[in-house]
Amino acid sequence: MTPLLEATTVSKIFGGLVAVNDVTFDIPRKSIVSIIGPNGAGKTTFFNMLTGLYRPTTGTIAFDGTDITDMRPDRILASGVARTFQNIRLFATMSARENVMVGQHARMSGGLFGSIIRTPKVRAEEKRVHETAAEKLELVGLARKQFDQTAINLSYGDQRRVEIARALASDPQLLLLDEPTAGMNPQESARLTQFIQHLRDEHGLTILLIEHDMKVVMNVSERITVLDHGEKIAEGAPVDVRTDERVIEAYLGKSTT
Amino acid sequence: MSALPEFLGTKNGQRATVGGVLLVAALFPLAFDSLATQLDVAIFVLAYVMMALGLNIVVGFAGLLDLGYVAFYAIGAYTIGWLASDHFTGVGGDEGIHVAASNFVSSIPGIHLNFFLVLIAAMIIAAVLGAFIGLPTLRLRGDYIAIVTLAFGEIIGRIALNGDEITFGDYQLTNGQQAISPVDQPYLPGADYEFDSAFNLRPYYWAGLILLCFTLFVNFRLRDSRLGRAWIALREDEVAAASMGVPLVRTKLLAYAAGAALGGIAGGFLGSYNNAINSNQFQFSFSIFVLAMVILGGMGSIWGVTAGAVALAVIDRYLIPEVLDDLPSSFGLDFQLTQLSFGIFGFLLVLIMVLRPEGLFPERRRKIELTEGVGTDESVFEVKA
Repeated sequence: MTPLLEATTVSKIFGGLVAVNDVTFDIPRKSIVSIIGPNGAGKTTFFNMLTGLYRPTTGTIAFDGTDITDMRPDRILASGVARTFQNIRLFATMSARENVMVGQHARMSGGLFGSIIRTPKVRAEEKRVHETAAEKLELVGLARKQFDQTAINLSYGDQRRVEIARALASDPQLLLLDEPTAGMNPQESARLTQFIQHLRDEHGLTILLIEHDMKVVMNVSERITVLDHGEKIAEGAPVDVRTDERVIEAYLGKSTT
Repeated sequence: MSALPEFLGTKNGQRATVGGVLLVAALFPLAFDSLATQLDVAIFVLAYVMMALGLNIVVGFAGLLDLGYVAFYAIGAYTIGWLASDHFTGVGGDEGIHVAASNFVSSIPGIHLNFFLVLIAAMIIAAVLGAFIGLPTLRLRGDYIAIVTLAFGEIIGRIALNGDEITFGDYQLTNGQQAISPVDQPYLPGADYEFDSAFNLRPYYWAGLILLCFTLFVNFRLRDSRLGRAWIALREDEVAAASMGVPLVRTKLLAYAAGAALGGIAGGFLGSYNNAINSNQFQFSFSIFVLAMVILGGMGSIWGVTAGAVALAVIDRYLIPEVLDDLPSSFGLDFQLTQLSFGIFGFLLVLIMVLRPEGLFPERRRKIELTEGVGTDESVFEVKA
């Protein structure tokens, strides 16, 4: 079976800075794959290329057999790739539920005139989206009484939950999580790890993770790709990556002896 | 004692309030003479509220700062000038073209479409132009949008002014300061009734009230829809919105088009009531005037914008010229208050900005945005890692 996502010799150059250099990478279907690397290694840049926010300088990206290299972000989402952000980007003045409703935008059809006239179809769609939003919020474990709370007033952990629910609401095949456990305590991280596995096992999602928490990464990933200075320096099962010399060097520095 | 405020907070209470206000508004003309100044003022108020509500979609909902809104007033007004007057005298031969026109108008050459058909045309033309003006602003944010739209507003104003030099065949585009006049009065074919602003202003008022209700209805429906949510999402975080499936171009252009369409209706209505389409009416200052209504009332808040527009329109059309105009002379000063009207608006706006920057009746979201400083100006075209 072909991989769900294939990036072929992808580079991104900003002015004179090579942020991502000639990375070839794929994500097998229904797998959990992680990208790790020191700060500034180009992980988020890579994410941004996968989701259409950046256009690769060279290389191509294919999702489910379709070339998405030059696609707009909203089209990429519609084709089945959803993401969360490293520094949570919820719509701050909207309630948790409304945020998740926006996530379903691509799965709705109500247009200008439909919205004004509020046809039975639009009415039914609104109702459905309203209910789906509640389902997704329940799935990520947000307390029911928080559903209509304004996003900015939610706790940090809840905001992360809502962001994942918003991404899930678009009914993706591939979920990209950018440092989902940042700022979480060990218990919360462990629960999230379980949740990620649950999403894959029960909902058939494929998951790509950028993560700093090594415990999470080693526990959950089937394969790890290590980036350093924009280049892929290692790839493989957690056990192999952990003992890879170049990886240790990238994280801890070169031994002088 | 607390029963009344409590009742007003419920859904039925709100309905009752709106119903009550509408009833008062509908009966309002009966309290005055059929040609009273108050009625004339009220008709302008209705038109201005419509424009403010149209601009509210662009500025309040979608957060696109539009300084060229006068363009849509102009387009709406010229549409009625072109399609419901003898401006194109020779078109359709000696007879002219008449669609659902009154007996009186049927004897005049030129193009004469029924007022209500023209309003639909004005809406469509303004919407297309609105989207067109929106195009070059798509990659811009905030102040830069303001500059581009300001320029477009000026361009339309200049074209209106110099339109007497732009000719095709025997016809001028706009008549410039000569004005296109007279314009057909609204006509109800079913009832065989033609409005006549020389004798009775009430029909105009009621027509305006119905159009305003339509505008309010559109505002409410759009706010609570898929599109309304997408506008708010765009306004707060363009990058997140795009990543969550909101198509930027389409969503922004729909905001411009919807706002422009309502401006077009209001322009057509006012053009018909003024009975003359004069290029002097379409100045940059009018764009600012409408924007001031939106800001004064509270951007994004439908009732707030309505209140802001009523307040400024009443001050502009009634309080300053009718009631207080001679105030300076009673202090022995040698000028009329109307000469100061823009100074007065400026002062009011500064006062509001200092005392209540979120507007008179702020929308909940806008208040949070102002106090918490949320939202980002980052555009999809300049995402940082």
